[in-house]
Amino acid sequence: MTETTSDILLLAFGSFGILIALTFVGEVLRAREDPGFVNPVLDTYMTRVQSWWGMVAFVGIALLMGKIGVMVLFAFTSFAALREFLTLTTKAQADHMSLALAFFVVLPLQYFFIGMGWGGLYTVFIPVYAFLLLPIVSALRGNADKYLIRVAETQWGLMIAVFCVSHVPALMTIDIAGYADRSVLLIAFLVMVVQFGDLLEYFFGRRIGKTRIAPGLSPKTWEGVTCGVVCAMLIGGLLAWITPFGIWGAMAMAGTASLVGLLGSLVFAAIKRDRGVKDWSHLIPGQGGFVDQLDSVIFAAPIFYHFTKYFYG
Amino acid sequence: MKFLRQFAARIVGQSIRIFARAITAVRADWQGIEPVPKQRVYFANHTSNGDMPMIWSCLPPSIRRTVRPVAAADYWLKNKLRAFVGPEVFNCVLVDRRPEVKDKPMDKIVAALDEGASLIIFPEGNRNMTDDLLLPFKAGLYNMGLARPDVELVPTWVANLNTIMPKGEVIPLPLICTVTFGSPIHVQDGESKDDFLARASDALAALAPEDRA
Repeated sequence: MTETTSDILLLAFGSFGILIALTFVGEVLRAREDPGFVNPVLDTYMTRVQSWWGMVAFVGIALLMGKIGVMVLFAFTSFAALREFLTLTTKAQADHMSLALAFFVVLPLQYFFIGMGWGGLYTVFIPVYAFLLLPIVSALRGNADKYLIRVAETQWGLMIAVFCVSHVPALMTIDIAGYADRSVLLIAFLVMVVQFGDLLEYFFGRRIGKTRIAPGLSPKTWEGVTCGVVCAMLIGGLLAWITPFGIWGAMAMAGTASLVGLLGSLVFAAIKRDRGVKDWSHLIPGQGGFVDQLDSVIFAAPIFYHFTKYFYG
Repeated sequence: MKFLRQFAARIVGQSIRIFARAITAVRADWQGIEPVPKQRVYFANHTSNGDMPMIWSCLPPSIRRTVRPVAAADYWLKNKLRAFVGPEVFNCVLVDRRPEVKDKPMDKIVAALDEGASLIIFPEGNRNMTDDLLLPFKAGLYNMGLARPDVELVPTWVANLNTIMPKGEVIPLPLICTVTFGSPIHVQDGESKDDFLARASDALAALAPEDRA
């Protein structure tokens, strides 16, 4: 067993330990309630914990399988996220071909370029080539009704669901001196600090949150976000041993990723509010859709990628 | 041979269901009824050839086994593959839309109801290619409700399919499709055909998601 594999296993068992504790707490609370009485808060909590089990298992298996496993997992995530996003955007039959290209050509190509490690291409493919070419395909059909809205929303979907998500596996392509095959652990680091930051932001926001950041948009508070980011930094410091950043570097990277992620989820809240939906879809029980679950990771990924590349690559 | 065909029909049925779920993540939203095996006529909007397989795919297995889509014979008997999929996979009640033929569609439909089957029907008669939400309903739904008043008539809205697979396109888009089941309606005593059909049409249109444009 290589050191990388044993580290992944250690992280997976650590996460399982936390989940076992969370499941245990839920089951104890449930056992103490009257049978027949259904507590909706507890029910939501338990379905969420169950979804977390699934997520940890999937990510763990993908990381253990290495490059291929991670690529497949995130390509599938991109597909699910793009499907959720484009279900809610403005479109006309004139866009049918460009939307089909987005799903079946742009998305696979982006992951192919990442698999090949062509960094010069996958960082510009969607913001430049897809951005210019897909509107041409839509324009060829000659329907100008809401044209700018249609192409702009489609491009947003691609940026969020494919470009941003794909920067998580792209972390594996960064060459870091003395880090070699351990770059897969950067994915575990990013996902863990951002998701724990989210969870603790929610927890502290509920407890001590007072000042809303964007009233009318999201219940997130400055107090909650501050606590979430500080906790993410602490967790980042604890996980420094899997990164090439060193303790202070790991804390700074974790804090940056968590802050960008938490503010990014405000963006998603605004989009959902605009479209009059509560969740992006129903595919993850208790959580809503893939975009609901991953919104902060999606926002943090490109920033985390570029910071890693500039400062350590 | 018969056993083999039944087996093949089950495989094809499961494949269609898995395909529909994988591509469109089709979801049933049971707003007005519970998904219980009760005799019902699900009447739905019709914008795409995928409507019927989509409703069929999102029903739980116990209901799917007893449900029979009412479909046009001229479409489903056009070639051997369709003649296998329509009657054997979906267990369609095939009706002949031509006015000159003898066996009346309503006789077949009532016979199917008397055998205990639930039905899926598209009361607009044809695919809706217009910008209107629904086309005027044909009389069939009223006649069913009159002939078998105990059967629940359930409005069923299929959302998004016309974007997933518009007429004339070849590649389906993988967007999320939702099938919404509303509260059942019945033909009331002394209600005229036109009144009932208008009420049924309103009940169905009420399930359509609000236009966000």
